Amino acid sequence: MDNLGNLLDGFANVLTPTNLLIALLGVTIGTAVGVLPGIGPAMTVALLLPVTYGMEPTQAFIMFAGIFYGGMYGGSTTSILLNTPGESSSVVTAIEGNKMAKAGRAAQALATAAIGSFVAGTIATLLLVVVTPPVVSFAISLGAPDYLALMLLSFVAVTAVLGASRVRGFASLLLGLVIGTVGIDAVSGQQRLTLGIPQLADGIDVVVVAVGIFAVGEALWIAAHLRRRAAEVIPVGRPWMGRQDWKRSWKPWLRGTAYGFPFGALPAGGAEIPTFLSYATEKKLTRHPEEFGRGAIEGVAGPEAANNASAAGTLVPMLAIGLPTNATAAVMLAAFQQYGIQPGPLLFERESGLVWTLIASLFVGNLLLLVLNLPLAPAWARLLRVPRPYLYAGILFFASMGAYAVNASPFDLFLLLTLGLLGFGMRRFGLPILPLIVGVILGPRAELQGRRALQLSGGELSGLLGGWVSGLIYAAIAVALLWPLLGRYVVRPLRERLVTG
Amino acid sequence: MTTRPDRGGDPPPRSAAVRSVPEQPTAPAAEDTPAGPDHAGAAATPAARRGDRAQYGVCAFLAVVGGLVIADALRTGHAISTADPIGPKPVPLLLGALLLVVAAIYAVDVARGGRGEPEAGEDVDLTTPVDWRTVLLLIGAFLVNAVLIDRLGWVISGTLLFWGSAFALGNRHHVRNLLIAVALSLVTFYTFAIGLGVSLPAGVLQGIL
Repeated sequence: MDNLGNLLDGFANVLTPTNLLIALLGVTIGTAVGVLPGIGPAMTVALLLPVTYGMEPTQAFIMFAGIFYGGMYGGSTTSILLNTPGESSSVVTAIEGNKMAKAGRAAQALATAAIGSFVAGTIATLLLVVVTPPVVSFAISLGAPDYLALMLLSFVAVTAVLGASRVRGFASLLLGLVIGTVGIDAVSGQQRLTLGIPQLADGIDVVVVAVGIFAVGEALWIAAHLRRRAAEVIPVGRPWMGRQDWKRSWKPWLRGTAYGFPFGALPAGGAEIPTFLSYATEKKLTRHPEEFGRGAIEGVAGPEAANNASAAGTLVPMLAIGLPTNATAAVMLAAFQQYGIQPGPLLFERESGLVWTLIASLFVGNLLLLVLNLPLAPAWARLLRVPRPYLYAGILFFASMGAYAVNASPFDLFLLLTLGLLGFGMRRFGLPILPLIVGVILGPRAELQGRRALQLSGGELSGLLGGWVSGLIYAAIAVALLWPLLGRYVVRPLRERLVTG
Repeated sequence: MTTRPDRGGDPPPRSAAVRSVPEQPTAPAAEDTPAGPDHAGAAATPAARRGDRAQYGVCAFLAVVGGLVIADALRTGHAISTADPIGPKPVPLLLGALLLVVAAIYAVDVARGGRGEPEAGEDVDLTTPVDWRTVLLLIGAFLVNAVLIDRLGWVISGTLLFWGSAFALGNRHHVRNLLIAVALSLVTFYTFAIGLGVSLPAGVLQGIL
């Protein structure tokens, strides 16, 4: 009940006129930027980080909460109204959503996405409130070796489990880890990889990495392959749903939420798997199988709910343990660090007020989104017609401004460009982005925990192994790493034997 | 590791090219600029259908970074104490070694026909080759801003950045673009630098703005 009290305090913090205004601003900016094609939720948060530099942490987090959900929602609008999907999490929404829009049911598709996001977001945030405290009290009992194991698990999860090619995933992860080691070593004070450049002694700021890889890299990549004719935007009026649509939507919303939240909360979560699962489930359970592939509302309602629920789910490991499991959470974590706040179990003790305000503002932001988006959809649709030169020039403009503002140093702009070129190359060669970001953020902390563990054991390598928790985690890592071999030499022969037998 | 030998009927691997790759680390590493994309321009477009050899550039890049990391780690002092039994060296050494290993596996993967999927997106048309002119012009606009921002101030350098980028991306309404660019720079300067206390330089316009 203690937590309920904390949450109510959080609400009391949010529900002041100034803070409500900030929440509204966050939601609006988040949606507007999220709607713009080519800008996913992670880039939205990264680009909007500088907006919050001058604010108090509490207000900054209220704004982040709005940007977080707003950016997510904006992405789904784009994928419904444009006939090419953007980020991977809204690919599934686009399948049926775009077909619906083409068949003249854009209003219903947007409505089920908006209301479904609200339902899923609210339920998932409630689950967050229930699930996070036990995770925190468990996490407090963990020692340095366990944290090291958890971070290694998160590295393996984002590289080997998600993504198509493991080699490319590991290449990206290692580059991220290398970027993370640049600067003065926190323990020994030795300079590493600074190449004699004084500005590198403090390390490379995570914000600069995120903006460089996401924003500059993406803008350069798109510029290199810019469509000569911008994709067609389907015009839309005010979203609404008929009785029949409600009837067909509410169950997919709930099922989508049930898929999304746990996947988001797992270290190897992400939104791709739950959205696909939700789509497959709805396709199987529907009473209108003939509509699937031609614009079935269930195929929008379910995946969209799953997408939002998984977004809320990613906040559990992020807040409770300090592990980001998707790109947006990773950038949020960078934002926390910007304020000198380290997410993890201690966060709930030291900054209890801040955390519960953040959670309360997730509820508020979610409601504001619903109120805002139903009437504003036509305006958002108009944003999709922004001339592309302005859009990508604008991204470079804001990216430069944000990166400069971190340290007020032009050096960061050269760094930004270098990282942007790296991001460009990674997109060209199909290297996933997420492992790099996770490597930059978690790498230094993993090293610190590892060295702390060794310090406790007096330099004995066995100190890295720790107790049963880390043992269990290393077993999970081994399974994830060896899965292709297991598949080839254990699972497949067994299956064949069963078939022939 | 995941390789994709299933890419239908590709001729057998070019093993000669593979072997030369892991020997890169001695090269005088060109700091952090990714070698990949530059190599790509020359090689990728005509040969894109068959095997995408520019990927060897990525392997070379990874190997060079790995070598650089190891070289740097060997240079760092030992600095071991009771509070820190391993010191700052082992982690970079491990990362460097892993980079070399991954570079080698990557090269094998490429030789066996593995290919990374270029990233798709709403405004991305992957059927066209990389438009280097646009990219270089954008980089130019970006560098102009980086060089001038402290001297002329954000309002002027930001204007140049936006205007130059819009030009690079093919917009030819020069006057309209200039107006938008000036408006954007002024608005961001006043809201962020003066309103929210974000540090943006006023430069030569100090006192006027």
